[in-house]
Amino acid sequence: MIFRPSHFAAVLLFALFASVVFGITQRETPRRMLHYGAYCFALFVGSAIVLSWLMYLIAR
Amino acid sequence: MATSPNKVAGAGSGSKSDASQGFVYLPLIAGWLVPGAGHFLLRKWGRGALLAASIMGMFMLGIAMQGTVYANAHEILEFLGLAGDLGNGMLYFISRAMGLGADQVQVTTADWGSRFIVVAGLLNVIAAVDAHNLRTGRKA
Repeated sequence: MIFRPSHFAAVLLFALFASVVFGITQRETPRRMLHYGAYCFALFVGSAIVLSWLMYLIAR
Repeated sequence: MATSPNKVAGAGSGSKSDASQGFVYLPLIAGWLVPGAGHFLLRKWGRGALLAASIMGMFMLGIAMQGTVYANAHEILEFLGLAGDLGNGMLYFISRAMGLGADQVQVTTADWGSRFIVVAGLLNVIAAVDAHNLRTGRKA
């Protein structure tokens, strides 16, 4: 089976899996795990979007 | 002056003896070999299941994207990739034995797949260390 996601879908999947592990391993209570995981996910996706726009504008 | 350190040492050794019953590195080794197994050993079922799903999912998506499973370390980048891949434990050895993954990156998604496999290994190491910290009582 070959899986060929779009670049953004790959970013979302990467951010999701990494955020789950970061949330569970870096915080102690379930509530704080959830908050930290959501925070990491937003930072992963947000930074990818910002850097993408920066590279797009630099390349023009 | 002498009572304070003794009191601290006494309290520390008491909790240490509770935490060090059995082989303390078992969750670390089990967690490295099988993602989530370290947490399962400590009866952290939910955390273990989420870690296993995330790490195995990332690894399998990397394989499905035709990512490279590093086998040699001729260059420094290959060595770093191999070190990351080895973090997957049994997943790495099984994939090597079954010949999964591409030998060379031929499409763009395969490059992303290679990163997925390496990062899955690194995340698995973090999860295994977390299981060890739970076992020793360093983390609640």
